[in-house]
Order: sequence, then C-alpha cells, then structure tokens
Amino acid sequence: MTRHPWFRALFGSKGNMIVTLLMIALFAWVVPGLVRWAFGHAVWEAANRAECIATDTGACWAFIKARFALFFYGTYPVDERWRVHLGLALLVVIGTGALFSHRRRGWWLLALMVLVPVADAILLAGGMLGLPAVPTERWGGLMLNLVISFVALAGAMPIGIALAFGRRSSWPVIRYGSIGLIEFWRGVPLLTVLFMGLVLLPLFLPNGVNVDNLVRALVVMTIFTGAYMAETIRGGLQGVPPGQAEAALALGMHGTQVQVLVVLPQALRLAIPGIINIAVDLFKDTSLVSIVGLFDLMGVVGQSVKDPAWTGLAAEGYVFAAVVFFFACLVISLGGSVLERHFSSAPKESKS
Amino acid sequence: MTSLPARALRAGRLALAAGAAMFLATTVAQAQVAPPPGPTVEAIKKRGALNCGIDTGVPGFAFQDNKGVWHGIDIDYCRAIAAAVLGDPDKVKFTGTTAAARFTVLQAGEIDVLIRDSTLTFTRSTVLGLDEVAINFYAGQGFLVRKSIGVSKAADLQGATICVITGATLELNIADFARSTGAKIGTLLFDKPEEAIAAMEAGRCDGYTDDTGSLAGMRSTLKVPADWMVLPEAISKEPLGLHIRSGDARWQKIIFWLDNALKSAEEFGVTKANADQLKSSSKDPFILRLLGAEGDTGKALGLDEAWALRAIKVAGNYGEMYDTHFGPKALALPRGQNNLYTKGGLHYPLPIR
Repeated sequence: MTRHPWFRALFGSKGNMIVTLLMIALFAWVVPGLVRWAFGHAVWEAANRAECIATDTGACWAFIKARFALFFYGTYPVDERWRVHLGLALLVVIGTGALFSHRRRGWWLLALMVLVPVADAILLAGGMLGLPAVPTERWGGLMLNLVISFVALAGAMPIGIALAFGRRSSWPVIRYGSIGLIEFWRGVPLLTVLFMGLVLLPLFLPNGVNVDNLVRALVVMTIFTGAYMAETIRGGLQGVPPGQAEAALALGMHGTQVQVLVVLPQALRLAIPGIINIAVDLFKDTSLVSIVGLFDLMGVVGQSVKDPAWTGLAAEGYVFAAVVFFFACLVISLGGSVLERHFSSAPKESKS
Repeated sequence: MTSLPARALRAGRLALAAGAAMFLATTVAQAQVAPPPGPTVEAIKKRGALNCGIDTGVPGFAFQDNKGVWHGIDIDYCRAIAAAVLGDPDKVKFTGTTAAARFTVLQAGEIDVLIRDSTLTFTRSTVLGLDEVAINFYAGQGFLVRKSIGVSKAADLQGATICVITGATLELNIADFARSTGAKIGTLLFDKPEEAIAAMEAGRCDGYTDDTGSLAGMRSTLKVPADWMVLPEAISKEPLGLHIRSGDARWQKIIFWLDNALKSAEEFGVTKANADQLKSSSKDPFILRLLGAEGDTGKALGLDEAWALRAIKVAGNYGEMYDTHFGPKALALPRGQNNLYTKGGLHYPLPIR
C-alpha cells in the first residue's frame, strides 16, 4: 500500500489516529471562536472601549490602532520620530549588507557592530550635531526593545569572545577570573541583576552621580548576555579540530594570529546557531525591563490598559504584543539561517 | 571721651533695641529668619526639573492617554509641585515605579517625591525611613464578589476563595481580617490584575480584592458586570499619599502645605478659573493669603509668594482634580471619604496663616 508519508504519520497506527482525531477536535473547538473574536466580530473603529462594546462582541482592535504610535515609539517626540526611522533603516541596510554581501564581509560586520550603535546612539539621544536632545525616559515601546537587544548583543560579542578565550587561557588568574565572571552572571536571575542595577546601584554611588536608567539596564543586559555568549563561543572553539591550529603554527603563524585568523572564524561559524538562540532569547528578555520602570512594548501595553478609556482590553494588548514579538523573533531566526548558510559556503570563496 | 561703663551701657541699649526690633520683625514677618529652602529644592532648581515617582499605570491616579501624555490625580500633584517650586508645571520628569521598587528608588534619591497611590503605614514611616507627608486619596481594601455565592458582607466570606495581587499589603490585610473574624478565606495569588480578573471570570475564585477605588472601575470592565457586586465595607484603611525621604524638613513643609493649599482652595471656592481674579478682587483675608496677595507664606517656605496660586492653576483645587479623574464623567466614584470635612469627608485642610 502506498500512502503519502503524511497520511502514515497521522493515521498510520491506532495511537496516531486517536491523537490526530483528538487534535482535530480541539482545533475545531477552539479555532472558530478565536477567528470570530479576532476577525469576524472585531471592532476596528472606536474612540474608547465603551464604543467598542456597543459595536460588536469581538476584539477591540481600535485600541491598538489608537495607541499604535505609543507601542512603537513610546513618548518619543512626534517631530523627532524620523530619527528612529533613520536609525532603523541604518540597522536594516547594514544588517542586510552583512548578511548577504560576499565581499568585504568583515567590514560590513564591523560597521554593524561599531558604526551602527554609535550612529544610532547619536541619532536617538541627540544633543549634538544640531539634533535636539531626547531624554531616555521618552524612549519606549518596541523601539526600546530593539535598542536594548541590539546594544546588548553588539556589546556581548566582544565580551563573550574575551571570556571564552579567557576560560581557555593557561594563566590561572585569567582562567579562574573568567570562570568566576561567567558562572556568576549565569547563576543569577536576570531580573535580580536588573533590580540590583536599577535600584541598589544608586545607593552605592556618591550623591549627585546619576547614571541614566536605560544605561544601567543596557550595561546589565550586555554583561549578562556576554556571559552566555562566552559559553556558546567556547563551545565553538572546542569544535575547531586541533589540526587547524597545529597547521597554522606549522605555517609559521604566531599564537595570536593562529587564534584570531584561523581558530576564531571557524569557532564563530560553529557557534552561529547558539548565538542566534541567544539573540532570540535576549529579545524576549528585554521585556523584563518593564518591571524596573522602563516602558518597553510590554510596559506600554500593560500601562495602556490602565487608561480609563480602554481598561479591560488586556487580551487585545497582549495578543498584539505576542504577534509583534513573534514576528521580530522570526526575523532574527531567518537572519540567523541566512547567516549560517552564507558562512558555511565561505571557505570556498575566501581569499588568502 | 565716655567712660567704659557708659559705653557698655549704650551698647547694651543698642543691642536691646536691635533685639526688640528684630523680635517685632520676626513676629510680623518670619522672612528674616526663614532658612533656605533646603537641599531637595536646591537640587530641583539646579536640575531644572522635579523628579516625580509615579505608578506605571493605574486608572484615575496615573495613566497615559493615546498620545502618551500622563494624566491622573497623582500626576496633577506632581505638576502642582513643579509649578510651585519651579514655576512651570511641565518641568517634571515622571519615573514609573513598580510596587517592589518604589521605596528603594525614593531612598536612593532617584526621585524627589513618590506620589504613587501608596498607603501611608507605620512600617514605611519608621523602618523604611520615609516621611509620609500628605494624603491625597482615602481608599480601603474591599471585595468584588460573584453575586451567586450569596454573600452580602465581608464577614460572610467564610470558605470563599479570593484572587489577590501579590507585592502590596492586600494579602496581609486579608490574613489579618480572617484572623480577627475567625473566617477561613482562601487566596489565589497573581502578579497582574488582568490575570487575577481572568481567573476570577473563569471561576477559579469567587472574588477579587483591591482598593475600593479600583474595584468600581474593575467591575465595569467585566464581561457581565451585573453578575458581580462590590461588598459595602472595606477591611482596611488605605490612606494613599505622598512620600519623601526623611531628612529634609523644609521639603516636607513645602509638600505638606501645598497639599493643604489645594484642599483649602476647594474649601474657599478658589478654582483654576477664578484664582487670578480672586487674587485681586477677593475681600477674604484667607483667600488673599492663600493666593499670595497678602502675607508672606512663600518666603516662609523658601518660595515666592505666588507658589499656591500657580499650583492651583495647574489642575484646579483638590475637588477639581478629583472630578477630572474620578468624577461622574470619569470613573464615576462617589467622593465619600474623599470629600472635604464640611461635606462629610475626611479632608480637613489646616489653616494657612
């Protein structure tokens, strides 16, 4: 009997058949109601929740529409939002360049890791080059999630590489120092460290020294991510066959050259899936900053359902946030798989 | 050449006269001896902005509209303070604080004042080293319960399960109440009100507990509001108000009298609209003092004389603020305890003289 493999997988045995039927029943039970709520009876135009309820029984998407700008920019001044767009465009263009270019890939990556953070920091914060300053408490929404995750990732790469090499160092001071750092930062919950940074740090600082809230969160997230990154990269380093380093040494390269030019690039390539995993995780973790009083997307959603005009629309708000987070993470994953494919083809084309 | 004793005598008389003059001067006007406005005000002026700690979102007290502008009675208080101290209600930096972080943030000096629907309690005053300066809202912990469980007062909640938000005094109050009445009340803990409400509507618990102010607003958002009722009594006193760090008595006095000024304004019929006009036309010496046309309340606080006038002009007197955020057109919460003492409420502004 030649059946389609899908058919066999779904109905091949009694057990499979029962599970399949149960799942179909579950979907039939849940999905129509969900579709009716999300689309069929949804309300797209209303000034407040009362109007929504008066119009129809489904989701009140008018709420999301009314607060769309707040969800994306927080309270970033309307006249200055072009700076957010330009900053994002810069990130997308250079990021795409780094992903797809075959020539000068190193330069693209360097631009992505150094030029983009610096340029975007100047662009978003302002206060120089004729751009009016926008204090960080006005940054918010998805823009804040992107800023935090990008800065933390860009900062975590060098930290991670340094700690990974440090952990393999033959000098006990460096080795145990790196192990201590990595294990400490991996051993404490992110939320605890965020609280430490935002709440306890000011108690230790001299009076009048005020470190920006966002900067504190950035530093914490960067070091935290760096510790995870270190272990992922160390895994990559271990995956590079020792013959590579031996061959490079035999060719007359000295120690640093061997590590930087031969071992590290191969290790990073091996570590890509792990790095992407960290990036996705990190992006979702950025929503934790809402707990320490920064208004990221989750913070804005949580705060938006407290407006008396819209109270009681938590479901709509969180569904929207979930969809946004899902697509953002999807983009990171897709970018990662492009990177992976791209780099696995690299050895053939790489010049001497 | 005068003899030494005579000179001493003259000097003594002079000193006496000067002393008398100074005494007179001080009784007439405290200004000459008034100390500077204190380190907090100096820091605020140097910074050019008031750092105000607020809730990250709670109806009526602090919330953002569609444009991201903050509203609420706590926000109005922040802006009134900024107007009194800095002359501009917009010179406020709002810092959203969570229940867990609010007091640490205040102790650390990140904010100058915490106006975040926070209850004034013994522990917060003594152990945490905070000054509880004024009460801008009298609330109490109440219950929202399913009508079908047939309970008409809180003491009947024996055997019921209540959904509770963690992190505040809500849990402790229920335990205290259960202990004092001998009732067994089960609790189901949640991190967010939305989660607790969803659980309650799904039937996982029989009711929800929060400040009475929030309950009324919460009930209106339920799927079938008619199935639910707010029990009449409150099981705790929740005087919500303004906290500052201990140690700056001058700052405390400014906040304390500003709160009194806003409530006095309501008592004497001074509103956002008529304040300027009353300052020049009123015959009532109390109003004239309040608005800075007479006396020198400003100097005594280390501010200028129009401090209260500016504060009142931000969002009106206390009653106007309440109406904007809790009145019939907003959350429709009866004023009850939050009325002035003359109308059966608890707000009793001290005399400004």
